[in-house]
Amino acid sequence: MNLFKNDADFKMDVLREVGNIGAGNAATALSTLLNKPVDMAVPTVSLLPFEAIAERVGGTEAVVIAIFLRVEGDAPGNMFFIINKEPARRILQGLLGFNAAENDNYSELELSALNEIGNILAGSYLSSLADFTGLHMSPTVPSLAVDMAGAILSYGLLQFGTMGDDALLIDTTFLEGHQEAEGHFFLIPDPESFDKLFRALGVPL
Amino acid sequence: MTEGTLIKVGMADLNIAEGGAMLRTTGLGSCVGLTLFDPILRIGGMAHIMLPSSDIAREGQLNIAKYADTAVPELLRRMTSKGAVTGRLIAKMAGGAQMFALVGAADTMRIGPRNVEATKQALEYFSIPLVSEDTGGNYGRTVELSSQTGVFSIRSVQFGVKEI
Repeated sequence: MNLFKNDADFKMDVLREVGNIGAGNAATALSTLLNKPVDMAVPTVSLLPFEAIAERVGGTEAVVIAIFLRVEGDAPGNMFFIINKEPARRILQGLLGFNAAENDNYSELELSALNEIGNILAGSYLSSLADFTGLHMSPTVPSLAVDMAGAILSYGLLQFGTMGDDALLIDTTFLEGHQEAEGHFFLIPDPESFDKLFRALGVPL
Repeated sequence: MTEGTLIKVGMADLNIAEGGAMLRTTGLGSCVGLTLFDPILRIGGMAHIMLPSSDIAREGQLNIAKYADTAVPELLRRMTSKGAVTGRLIAKMAGGAQMFALVGAADTMRIGPRNVEATKQALEYFSIPLVSEDTGGNYGRTVELSSQTGVFSIRSVQFGVKEI
């Protein structure tokens, strides 16, 4: 799919910076919540076939904890905060004193706490993005699912689905101790949102 | 294709199997996994349908496996070209979940039920009976069809494996 007519490389760089700023703020928020350093990898921006997107988090059948929210406003899109099970357990234990579930049976309270954490992080991602671009962007109420990655992520691909079989993903990995992945931030702007983002940032279309 | 062969059907993809091969598609959320089966010739077909109608397509080269209204006739064409008879085919399907319940969500977020509805309409159009289904809910599914027996098995994280 040919998403950008001109300067595709430069535009991808701009989107990487968008991910950098958003996820940087979210990482700071997470670090404050956990009271310990949280690093992030340099965001990757790629146009990927639908199935390859789930490969980023272990494949279509890998069970993940995901908080999904829709970005509304000037540049709509889909956002996922995907957290691996082990860090989720540590967050629940460390932050809230829960003895998190050993199996995959999370209590209502645990799910609600994870959902709220996702909400805080997504909010900080988006508000920094809104400041940076001057665009109005607001998150919907987040929704959480613990399920197969393919089933979850396909929700973020519907807007791209009518255009082709690839989607543009801005992926930032959170790291703990400089190595192990804690989770991912996925931002999948709607296809129509790219021109608005570029215009707001002064990038020639 | 021999017994034990596993044919993977990707997202917005379709394929057919014979000679005992299995068809499999993974991680269905709002997407629908539709299967057709000819019990005499033992030919199976599977489509991983993502969107209800090709009317909304804006892509240059239409991926006909992606939309309910185009995937069903294509699957039918592929199967009848192998000798399957439309009047003998039976359909089974799973998926069409609503993974996230968003308050005040736009219609696009109700895509699961719409995919199920559109798939049923397409089956009705060709008078293919839908003998069983496992649709809706709020969870993901992985499905498999045996081209030997026509058994359709559905696996989910919450409920394990069931066969319909």
